[in-house]
Amino acid sequence: MQDKDKTRRKVLIGLTSAVGLSGLPFAATPFIAAWNPSAKAKAAGAAVKLDVSKMQYGQQIQVSWRKQPVFIIRHTKESLASLDNSLSKLADPNSDLISEPYKGLYPTRSKSSEYSVMSGVCTHLGCAPKYFPEVEPKPWDATWSGGFFCPCHGSMFDIVGRVFKGVPAPTNLVIPPHMFEGSILTIGEDKEL
Amino acid sequence: MKERAGKLFSWFNTRLPIINTFERHLSKHPVPSKVNFWYLFGALASVTLIIQIVSGIWLIMPYSNTEEEAFSSIEYIMRDVDYGWVIRYIHTTGASMFFAVVYLHMFRGLLYGSYQKPKELVWIFGCTIYLAMMAEGFLGYVLPYGQMSYWGAQVIISLFGAIPYIGESLELWVRGDYYISGITVSRFFALHVVALPLVLIALVFLHLVALHEVGAGNPEGVDIEEFVDDDGVPLDSVPFFPYKVLNALVGIGVFMTVFAIIMFFFPEGGGYFIEMANFQKANPLVTPDHIAPVWYYAPFFTMLRAIPDPLGGLIVMAAAVAIFFVVPWLDRSKVASIRYKGIYSKIALTLFGVSFLTLGYLGTVGVTEVRKIMSVICTVIYFAYFLLMPIYTKYETTKEVPKRL
Repeated sequence: MQDKDKTRRKVLIGLTSAVGLSGLPFAATPFIAAWNPSAKAKAAGAAVKLDVSKMQYGQQIQVSWRKQPVFIIRHTKESLASLDNSLSKLADPNSDLISEPYKGLYPTRSKSSEYSVMSGVCTHLGCAPKYFPEVEPKPWDATWSGGFFCPCHGSMFDIVGRVFKGVPAPTNLVIPPHMFEGSILTIGEDKEL
Repeated sequence: MKERAGKLFSWFNTRLPIINTFERHLSKHPVPSKVNFWYLFGALASVTLIIQIVSGIWLIMPYSNTEEEAFSSIEYIMRDVDYGWVIRYIHTTGASMFFAVVYLHMFRGLLYGSYQKPKELVWIFGCTIYLAMMAEGFLGYVLPYGQMSYWGAQVIISLFGAIPYIGESLELWVRGDYYISGITVSRFFALHVVALPLVLIALVFLHLVALHEVGAGNPEGVDIEEFVDDDGVPLDSVPFFPYKVLNALVGIGVFMTVFAIIMFFFPEGGGYFIEMANFQKANPLVTPDHIAPVWYYAPFFTMLRAIPDPLGGLIVMAAAVAIFFVVPWLDRSKVASIRYKGIYSKIALTLFGVSFLTLGYLGTVGVTEVRKIMSVICTVIYFAYFLLMPIYTKYETTKEVPKRL
């Protein structure tokens, strides 16, 4: 075969392969897209509504939004007033490290002065931290002043979900989009956002 | 009759390399005449793979891969299917035993330099098998959809979330839902029973073909190819059949005994083989008090936990597995076997072994301050073993390797 023919063959092989390869993303699309949440899964992940007026002071309830725990706490005045006491323990007291939807609105970090609404998913690796509101020494912290303790890897948060220094969780608990219409709380949707 | 059978066989053999392939891979290929028990674990791993495939196929039949029925179908297998409990316990015990023999097999590799030239590819295929096994084991653990299935998967899938920019959408894409649901379970099922077993079998095939091309090693690190007889067969070798096969059968017998004892008497392995929390159905709203991985992931889990930052933890954990792939190029020693390496290599391998076991222990217990420090120290030793290998293997005094085995 002459050199000219060899070059021609190379060009043809190159072009054919390029055309063939350009089809690859198209062929791959259905296989990749089939792993996206289906229409059914998306519908099941819609917003949830509940009435929070019956909650007692200091009580924590847990609702499930997208099958993930969302914590709602009705704080007592005392516990809100003592929020600043544990300020020195916190890694990010003003939530500067995350995109906080209702930043600077209330100390509760939510859209209400009395309720906290936060995702119950530890920002380390997705476990559900447990609520320990009592102010008493705990095995994990001798100067415990109420908050959340994650049983998986020992992360600690205060009662409004702000993370402590020196624990595996890097950031505060996430605040999901929510809104209050009277005492009706909607989680997963906020018309003002 | 016999003549006709012979004719029929030769009809096939002229069309398919039956005798050649059989002799090359299963009967005549020369293996070193002197090896020790460490050389058994490869055979045991093959046996376990077959056990897993057969028991796995039988488990697929009664198993249901939906969110509602996955957990109850496991209970159905345990209670209502005749001998279903045996088949399931074969599979769960097999998973642990698979990792046990593979860890020992890998340690043999480090001990006797089974990765050195020209066995680099054998080693790399082996590492890839280990990687595929880790994925296979993880996917399989999610299928019963118990509490530990759910929360273990939650931790592992969150690892994807630690990747910058694309993390969150990647997580959603892997799950196919906003939580680990039936959608996730059924795709994991497809990967666990079809995709990854195909990959594993292909890799095992490559591992063996590459091994039979370059020849098996021995504990002395002697290159037996140097002295060969007139037919080119190494003098210090024996044919695989019957010498190694019958030898291995003894090992397989012992292995099967241990296997059966675990399977019949301690199938949960004290919570290390099947974790107690997995006897409860998955509940996305309740985290078990103590999330621990099954024992075979424990060392890597400890490393993940030792690093405060999730992305850092992910990188360290991935690096801990990935670093095995480059061992053939980290070892600069003139000799292969630990028997002829210097004191530094011996100390390094001992420290590595101890730190690996300690990491494993730490992964199965809760976190305290002391343990946190210990896990950091062990992680450092683990990596130091590999990263300092080019130095300590190069500058130590090695012993003279004999010419013959």
